[in-house]
Amino acid sequence: MFREADGHVGPDAIFRERLRAGRVEMQACDSCGHVCFPPRTHCASCGAQALSWFAIAGTGIVYATTVVRQRRDHGPDYNVALIDLTEGARMMSRVEGIPPTQVRIGMPVRAQVKTAGGDPLIVFVPA
Amino acid sequence: MPRTLRGAAAIIGAGLAGCGDAPGFGHLELLAQAAHAALADAGLHLRDVDGLFTATLTDFMPALTVAEYLGLRPAVVDGTNVGGASFLQHAISAAMALRLGLCKVALICYGSNQRSTARRLITLSQSDPPPYEAPYKPRYPVVAYALAASRHMHLYGTTPEQLAEVAVAARRWARLNPMAYVRTPLTISEVRDSRMVCDPLTVRDCCLVTDGAGAIVMVAADRARDAPKPAAYFLGGAHATWHRQVSSMPDITATAAQESGARALAMAGLSPAQVDQAQLYDAFTINPILFLEDLGFCQKGEGGPFVEGGRIAPGGALPVNTNGGGLSFCHPGMYGIFTLIEAAIQIRGEGGDRQVDGTDVVLCHGNGGTFSSQATVLLGSAATL
Repeated sequence: MFREADGHVGPDAIFRERLRAGRVEMQACDSCGHVCFPPRTHCASCGAQALSWFAIAGTGIVYATTVVRQRRDHGPDYNVALIDLTEGARMMSRVEGIPPTQVRIGMPVRAQVKTAGGDPLIVFVPA
Repeated sequence: MPRTLRGAAAIIGAGLAGCGDAPGFGHLELLAQAAHAALADAGLHLRDVDGLFTATLTDFMPALTVAEYLGLRPAVVDGTNVGGASFLQHAISAAMALRLGLCKVALICYGSNQRSTARRLITLSQSDPPPYEAPYKPRYPVVAYALAASRHMHLYGTTPEQLAEVAVAARRWARLNPMAYVRTPLTISEVRDSRMVCDPLTVRDCCLVTDGAGAIVMVAADRARDAPKPAAYFLGGAHATWHRQVSSMPDITATAAQESGARALAMAGLSPAQVDQAQLYDAFTINPILFLEDLGFCQKGEGGPFVEGGRIAPGGALPVNTNGGGLSFCHPGMYGIFTLIEAAIQIRGEGGDRQVDGTDVVLCHGNGGTFSSQATVLLGSAATL
């Protein structure tokens, strides 16, 4: 159950509930505008407790990137990246749709919510 | 800037045990052997210890577990776990307790049998990787450092060869240290041609996975003068933390060592130019490069060129990790205490083939988590007081 209005769940549960519905929302501080991610009860920049949810545009750029190399019998190599969202938040994710070695810092990307199988996951593809 | 802990305390004993392979021994058994060695080195006995400072990979309440195992009833305990930086943090805590007279003999100790039991880093942490990072299967902790290296290379043109210089320098030191776990020759091209783990870091850019234990004994400075061997005096120390998970690090190429180093140096009344050598926690080759920048040995972005040409290797202008470091000496999960042990050895002049003559001031720097915890401690000979 989603019960943001009566305050019975925390921001982490709210984030995950909305993500399960395919929506990526984050919090911005009402006082200083800082975008808080991961979700929090207060602004990690200024300490204020009033935060407002907003839907992210889903655009961003690659801030840092690596390829996790695997033994062949463990599966294919895969990308792990840090993405700076246009709104200012940074998150760990991966860039899909191109070989992991071709992901470049500064590359424009856009978010996709993968819902197939298990928990929904935010990944990125080249914009 | 207050200098309240400058010269307050000193390391008078250091001990190692099981560094490398120690099959058949538990982590507490290794830790206890190191503790006995450190106390014997200091001319003391377990019954003299009234301050215990420890952290382990696998004990939820490490100070309690270790106190019971050693048979101690300490007046002061500190089981703070800030990862591999813990033992430098403990040295700061011990210096405070000794200065205030809350304890008289402080034992700082660590042990791990991770190589013999698992051949990789095993902890009891449920927050590694953190929940918002775990779904992306970041191989921990190496992914975090690979991401930092990627960004540093992008911004400053740091090269894989410059990363490899750090591993080669560590190996050259290790070849002078009979205790080092890996002492075979290593070249820059061998580092680059070895198996890629997480781009741009190869397996030779990554620290060892060994067993091992280390311990030091600290006392108030006035008591240190009566110790059987020369003391390494605490000149300054500071800890700083700016994040826990690497995705929350404000700038992945700039660590809180900028703050811990500045505060520690200010307490010591020293500048980086007055530091004779540095013991920098080298879990990965990018780490010493960032720390050399953040601690003020060179400008931000210049760490790559700084380490070129063997500058931090034997015979170089700034000796770094004279024992061979976590890259070649030993790395039993958390390495911080070994920076302090090597500093004490060098200040005493007991380094044998790797001894750097005229070592009076050593900067020790520990890192914990994923660049999450930074602790800097300056140690000096009696001449620096």
